[in-house]
Amino acid sequence: MKKIIIASALVALGVSSSLALAEGVSDKVLQKVISSSWKNPNKDNPEGAKPDWASRLNQGDLQKICSKTRNQPDKKTAAKLEKAAKASIKYPEDGKFLGDWKNGEKIAQNGKGLRYNDKVDGPAGGNCYACHQIDKAELAYGTIGPSLAEYGKLHEFTEAANKATYEKIYNSHVAISCSNMPRFGTMGILSIEQIKDVTALLMSKDSPVNK
Amino acid sequence: MMKRRLIGAIAVGCAAVFATFTAAGPVLAQEDASKGIEEYRKMMAEDPFANPGLLFVDSGEALWTEKRGPKNVSLEGCDLGKGPGVLDGAFAELPRYFKDADKVMDVESRILWCMEKLQGIDTKPIIKGAFSKRGEGGSEMEFLASFVGSKSNGMPMKSQLSHPKEKEAYAIGEALFYMRAGPHDFSCQTCHGTKGTRIRLQELPDLAEPTEDARKTVATWPAYRVSQERVRTMQHRMADCYRQMRMPKVGYGSDAVTALITFLAKQADGGEIQVPALKR
Repeated sequence: MKKIIIASALVALGVSSSLALAEGVSDKVLQKVISSSWKNPNKDNPEGAKPDWASRLNQGDLQKICSKTRNQPDKKTAAKLEKAAKASIKYPEDGKFLGDWKNGEKIAQNGKGLRYNDKVDGPAGGNCYACHQIDKAELAYGTIGPSLAEYGKLHEFTEAANKATYEKIYNSHVAISCSNMPRFGTMGILSIEQIKDVTALLMSKDSPVNK
Repeated sequence: MMKRRLIGAIAVGCAAVFATFTAAGPVLAQEDASKGIEEYRKMMAEDPFANPGLLFVDSGEALWTEKRGPKNVSLEGCDLGKGPGVLDGAFAELPRYFKDADKVMDVESRILWCMEKLQGIDTKPIIKGAFSKRGEGGSEMEFLASFVGSKSNGMPMKSQLSHPKEKEAYAIGEALFYMRAGPHDFSCQTCHGTKGTRIRLQELPDLAEPTEDARKTVATWPAYRVSQERVRTMQHRMADCYRQMRMPKVGYGSDAVTALITFLAKQADGGEIQVPALKR
């Protein structure tokens, strides 16, 4: 049911397969280059027994819109993308947003998973430190995303902030329609349990992030 | 012989410089890493023969002039865009359109073309081994690209966009640069669309515009990568970015990669070529 809602929302956005990504090149030409350059995705990737290797070359509707608009869709489209993002979120069955921050820290440090040289069934990481400052004790952090130091303290440890944080990790497009951040829950990169753990890293009073 | 010894001495010196990073904290390490590479570059400037990448250039020159393949000819007759056998400045104008192949080619795909057409060599195994593994000491493509690239050292990059196919390659490259795909929704722009950002401690060049970042970064591939102990080529740089972007393996010398390199060459137009440069 949810899928149907998302699908119809995207149809309403006017996404069509003829969406060109740059001036001077048609989608058809681009597709031809893509299929000749990634000839046999499922066969060419040794760890890629998973059938989704080939599908990675096909952009989803959100990817198409964000690529085409250089991450700056008009207001109406942005609102629709944010709504679709929200509709994609699955919530923890126990209603608790905070898991184990210690495990959250491990996930935030781990950059492995879903590359063709990664083991297919190995646990994927969130690689949060690649882009964000989080625990100030970790000095090797990236700056593509904003600093998340003292995140919970700054958000006064409220239950509403716990939920919003969980949602942003699950699908960051709820807040920023064409966010650079991966949709960790929606795209199945992290499990609900893992997302709870990362939420705890940011929001828990015990977490070093808030010390 | 003398050259080898110098390289050895520098390598030891470099190892000592790098060893200090691990002892210090990461921020110190970051500063030391930048400083260390800077120091290493300075040492190289004082002694241009100290760059281990020069061994790749030498091996490339030997390969270039060696009669090989079923046709038993060298690559010296290869037309890299400025006429058969003209090496000087050819790399600076790549990628470009080649009438004989009726397509745009970068340095690596053009060298492959010459191997096939001039020498009659089956390039399949060469493509398969194009990115050398640790301990192999380099691949034929790494040698040859280093050699051809070095023949444009000191010259500015001259992006070629007059032929319609060059314009098309640029447009495809631009589209690919912004194409978000895969489970992580990454495009090249995700990491290379803003000035002054970094992943962990690694500084990221802004390649979305014709910037100083782009000129410095693009004009210095192929490069000797200290962390990998060998020369890596631009094809490798593109393929490894796609790996990190969680995309499937992209074809070596494929049109997508050539298009991206064409786009990047435009962003780097005018950048001074220094090949193989020294990178992390």
